[in-house]
Amino acid sequence: MTAGSTYTPIATYTFSGQSSLTFSSIPNTYTDLILIISGSGAGVETMQLRFNGDSGSNYSYTRILGTGSSASSSQSSNQTAAIAGFMDNTQFVDIVQIMNYSNTTSYKIALTRMNVPSSGYVGAWVNLWRNTSAINTVYILPDSGGTFNNGKATLYGIASA
Amino acid sequence: MSPILGIYASQISGHLAAPGSYYSIATQTVSGATSSVTFSSIPSTYTHLQLRITALGGQNGNSLSVQFNGDTGTSYSYHYVTGNGSSVSAGGYAGGTSLFGDAVGWRNGYPAALIVDIFDYTNTNKNKTARALNGTDANGSGEIALNSSAWYSTSAINAIRLYSGGTFNTGTFALYGVN
Repeated sequence: MTAGSTYTPIATYTFSGQSSLTFSSIPNTYTDLILIISGSGAGVETMQLRFNGDSGSNYSYTRILGTGSSASSSQSSNQTAAIAGFMDNTQFVDIVQIMNYSNTTSYKIALTRMNVPSSGYVGAWVNLWRNTSAINTVYILPDSGGTFNNGKATLYGIASA
Repeated sequence: MSPILGIYASQISGHLAAPGSYYSIATQTVSGATSSVTFSSIPSTYTHLQLRITALGGQNGNSLSVQFNGDTGTSYSYHYVTGNGSSVSAGGYAGGTSLFGDAVGWRNGYPAALIVDIFDYTNTNKNKTARALNGTDANGSGEIALNSSAWYSTSAINAIRLYSGGTFNTGTFALYGVN
C-alpha cells in the first residue's frame, strides 16, 4: 500500500557566521535523514559530522575525491568525527544521507556527496559510526575553525511505508 | 538543559524540497540471512523511482545486483568510478545481466548503503537509465562508488529484484516514487 507524501523538512538553519550547526531532538519517526548544506564558508575546509554528541574515536570513513585534475581515495579509521563534506568561501553544496538512523541494533552508515564548483572539488564519503544508538542529534563543525557564512542547512526526514 | 526540537541559535525559514512529490511505495525489512528481495506490482503513477537500502553484510566481498521485470538476459550496461581507500578505478561493461554489476562490496557484520535513482520508469518509448551511490566502511577497509547504468528495454518497470551471491542481514529495503 502506498503511504502518503514524505521527504519532510524537520528544521532549517539560515546561517550567517555560525561556527557550528546542531540539529537536536530529532524525532525517531522517519526511516532516513537527509542533510543538505549549501552556501559559503570562510575558506576551503572539511566539515566534521558527529552524532549524539559523541566525540570519541568511533567514526571511520572511506573517501573518493576529484580535484579537477586528479582523483584519489583514502580510508580513515578510529576518527573523532565523520565527514559532512567540504565548504568553500564562494559556493559549496553537501548532501548527507543518514540511513536507518533510529534503529538500535546496528552501527550507523551515512553517505556524503560533496560539490565545490569554484574550487573544482567533487567527492563522496561513506561514513561509519560504531554505535547502535538511535541518532537524535546531528552536529556539523568546520575542522579548521571556519564559519558558515551565507546559506542554508536543512534536515529532512523520509518515512518508509 | 531541556531539549529543543530542531535547531539552536538560528532562524527557521523555508525548505528545499517541494512537499507532496515523494512517496513511500513499499518497504521490506530483513531480519535474518537473506539473498534476495523483490518489489513487484510497482504502480505506474510516478515519474521516477528511488531505492534506499541499508543492510549488514553476511560475508566479506559479496555484492548486490539489481534486475528489472525478471529480465536475466544480457540486457544491462553500466559504468562506475570507485575508491577502496587506497586507489580509484573506473570501468564499464556492456551486455551485463544486472544493473550496476557488483555494486556494494559487503563487509561481514558492517552496514552497507545503496541509493538508486531509476528515471522515467514507465516510459515505453525508450530504454531505462539509473544511477547509484553506494558504499560500506568497516573501520579499516571500505569502498565508495558512483554508478550509472542502462536497461535496454522499452517496457515499463513493474518489478525490481535485488540479489546477492551471498547473504545480507538486518536491513531495510525501501522503494519510493517521485513526481
